[in-house]
Order: sequence, then C-alpha cells, then structure tokens
Amino acid sequence: MFDWLFVSPPERRLLGAARFGGPTPWVIAIMSFSIMLIAATGLALASTASLMSNAIESRYTLQVPGGGSNLDALVQAVRSTPGVTGVQAVSESDMRQTLERWLGPAAESADLPVPALIDFDAAPSTNLPALQQRAATIVPGALVVAHRDSVGPLLHSLRLLQWVAFGLVILLSIAASAAVVLAARGALDTHRFTIEVMHGIGATDLQVTHLFQRKILLDALVGSLAGAAAAAVVLLLLASGAALAGELTGGATLGLIDLAILALLPLALTVLATWVARTAVLRSLHKAL
Amino acid sequence: MAAVAEFDSVGLRYGTGAEVLRDLDFRLRTGSFYFLTGPSGAGKTSLLKLLYLAQRPTRGRIKIFGEELTEAPREELPPFRRRIGVVFQDFRLIRHLSAFDNVALPLRVAGASEEEVEGPVREMLAWVGLADRASARPPTLSGGEQQRVAIARAVINRPELLVADEPTGNVDADMANRLMGLFTAMNRLGTTVVVATHDVGLISATPGAQLIRLENGTLVDPTGTLRNPPGAPRGQS
Repeated sequence: MFDWLFVSPPERRLLGAARFGGPTPWVIAIMSFSIMLIAATGLALASTASLMSNAIESRYTLQVPGGGSNLDALVQAVRSTPGVTGVQAVSESDMRQTLERWLGPAAESADLPVPALIDFDAAPSTNLPALQQRAATIVPGALVVAHRDSVGPLLHSLRLLQWVAFGLVILLSIAASAAVVLAARGALDTHRFTIEVMHGIGATDLQVTHLFQRKILLDALVGSLAGAAAAAVVLLLLASGAALAGELTGGATLGLIDLAILALLPLALTVLATWVARTAVLRSLHKAL
Repeated sequence: MAAVAEFDSVGLRYGTGAEVLRDLDFRLRTGSFYFLTGPSGAGKTSLLKLLYLAQRPTRGRIKIFGEELTEAPREELPPFRRRIGVVFQDFRLIRHLSAFDNVALPLRVAGASEEEVEGPVREMLAWVGLADRASARPPTLSGGEQQRVAIARAVINRPELLVADEPTGNVDADMANRLMGLFTAMNRLGTTVVVATHDVGLISATPGAQLIRLENGTLVDPTGTLRNPPGAPRGQS
C-alpha cells in the first residue's frame, strides 16, 4: 500500500536536487502554522458557544420592577410552578451591591430604578405563559425573560466567528495547494530534460509521477509538522492565560476531540498537498507525447 | 518478411510551418540494417523521431511492430518505446547521473532489479571502454565518451529496433568501427538497425545494409524501393 513511499536510491538520484532545499517546506510550514492557530481558535469558539448555549438554554429570569416588595410571594409562585428548578432570588439590595462595583455610591441612589431578579431553570414542558400571568398578578410589570433571547446575539456572533475560522482554514488549505501546484510545475520544469529522457526510453507517467509525489510528500510532511509544532508551542503559551479565558467563556477549553482534530490537520495537509501535486504532475505530463 | 515499421503516406509539420516530411511510404523489414542519409535539413532527425515515437505524424499512418500507433493513446506508447533503443545526436545523457546510472536507466524503467542491472551494465561499460569511468558524470566525460555511454544505454536492453542519429560523429575511427561492429552483431541477433549518418565510409563498410535517402522531406527514390548500397561510396546514390 505504501510501496510508492519507498523508492530505491537509483530512483532518488534521478531528481538529483537536495531534498529540503526549495521553498515548498517553508511555505507549507507557514500555512500549517496559520491553519493550526485558526483551527484552534475556531474550535475554542465552538466549544465556548456550545457551553454558553447549554448553560442558558433552560435558564430564565423573572424581572421584578420597583425592588420587589412581594419578592417572597413571587419566589413561592415560581417554586410551585411544575418543571421549575434551581430558583435563586436576587434582592434589590443584592443588585445594588453588585452594581456598586461599577457605579460606586450612585448605585445606592433612589433615583436609580433597580429591579429584583429571580433566576430559575425551566423544563421544556413548563407553562411559562401561566407563570408570567401569575407573576404579573402579584407584582404588576413582572416579566419572565429567557436568557437565550438576551445572549442570543453574542452566541450568534460566536458561531459566525467559528464559521469564519473554518472558512479561513479552507482558504489557507487552498492557498497551500496552489503553492504546491506551483512547486510541482517548477520541479517539472527543472527536470524536464530528465522526464523527456525517461519517457523516451519507455517510462510511464506513473513512474515519473512516483518520483515527484514522494519528494513533495516529504516536503509537505516536514513543512506541515514543523508548522504544527510551532503552533503547538504558541498554543501552549496561550494556555497560560487559559484561566482568565476560562472565566470569561464559562470554562471553555479544547476537548479531546478538538485536540485529535488539530493533530490530524498536519497529516490532512500533507495528504492534500501530495494529492494535488500528483494531479498537477500527471496533468502536465499529459501535455507531452 | 514482417515489418518493424510501416509508413503509409506519412507527412509531418511542426506547428503551422511547411511540411518537413512528405508522402513517406516505406517498410523497414525485421532484422534488416538501414542507413538513413541525406543533406542537412532533409528531415532525417524528424523521420527518426517518428520511428522512436517521439513525434506523431500530421498525416498518414505509421505501424510500429505491426501495431497501428498513429493515433494510439499516449498511455499505450511506453511498452513500444521500451522495445526501441535510441542513440541521440546530442547524446541526451542525464547530467547529474553517473555513466553507470545512465546506462542502467532503461533496465530500471523496465522493472529490472538491482541484481539484474549490475552485471549487464558493467559488462556494457567495459565493452565500450568505459569500465573505469562508471561513476563519472557526463560533464566530466569527453564527447566521445558521452557518445559511447549513450550507445551503451541504447543497446543495454537488447532492443528490437535500434535507431541511431550520427552515432559515430564524436568517436575516433577505431571506436567507430567497434561501435558499428556492435550494431552489426546486434543486427545478426535480430535487431533492426537504422543509422542516420553522413559518413560514407561507414555505409560502405557495412555490407548488406540498405539505404534510405531523404531530400527535402521526401524519399529520393519515388518508387519507395530501398536499395542495397553498392561497394563504392553511397552518399551520392
């Protein structure tokens, strides 16, 4: 299956040139480095979006205007609603204490209307309109708000960025392929005489292609592994700030599947480069007799 | 007798230029020895290219080894090329390969193992007087030595058809005689030989050989009958 990888020393001598002397490994290394970083970013964004989505999917807040004088009655009403769990009341005073971090003493001002909040989880079967109606009866103006509605635009942006990252990975892969095609054509031009002689004595296109695809595979493998190694170092350095990032994103990190995907990327890039080179060489050879 | 090559109303032009070969009709019989002569620019090299399948005719039909190859897909040509040995006028040796590797190339392309390559190549290099230059690369060899390497490469796999373009142009008379002796010996063993040359002495020293004379892209003899060379110089026939 992998016989084509192992050419004999005489076959290797046919192309003559130094193995890693050209720009191809460098170009592929840069592409691999960029692809790894962008892919890691995209996967982290996906993970963050997923975590946030899971966390807020069933989370609701009952906003109680005017400080919530009947807060206990409201909490009782929420708790008694079938399907509701995890009820947590945030009183007006707690809210003002929280706001004080940003607003200072102004947070205590009576001119600043601060609602009380009741956070809770609701199962899909929960009759939220009925809860809304009961709450409004107890405190007029009380409003049930779904977290997914308020955080939705942020989630949308995260998912969009994730797709942008995916698109960039595709674009960089195409750019790497284009570089490989140019390298393959350059190699064909450099060795045109050798190819003509080989064809003249009865070598098939596959025999000629065999020599080039192995060389380009080695170039691509070395380049993509070197780029991936450099990207891994950068990602490890960035991981030192992961605690902060985790706090901001709800603890989103790269999972095992994400790491497996990242590990496969350099190999995928190598396979892509080799396939593209093989196709380019075969197409070029077809133009000759 | 079977024909190694059959040309039927063959014409050849490069691009949109005038035809360099016109209305070629002839057969090369298996096991025969031919000299191809004619003034410079007559089309000898173009005719040889058609013979060793480096060029397709722009009209007419060509059969090689009994197979119609005029419009054969290019994928079908390599097996036929392996049955043809070619000595190029400009040698066409691969500069970065040693003399040994250049001579071994046809065997390796045909799939021979290194054990099967070593002996015959050493023997062939010894025969052309280059046993001690096996590891030398073409740029370090003289013109004559390069020509001998090219000839060794052309005959190493015992081709059924040997095509040579001015094969003795860069060697001394003694080596020219030896090389012609090799061609004659191969011819006796069944190889059809076609040698393009201006060397009248070479032609006269090869009894039994036939003459193909080209002028302005056409065979001089309008009947297409190929002639045995007389005992005297044939360049004028």
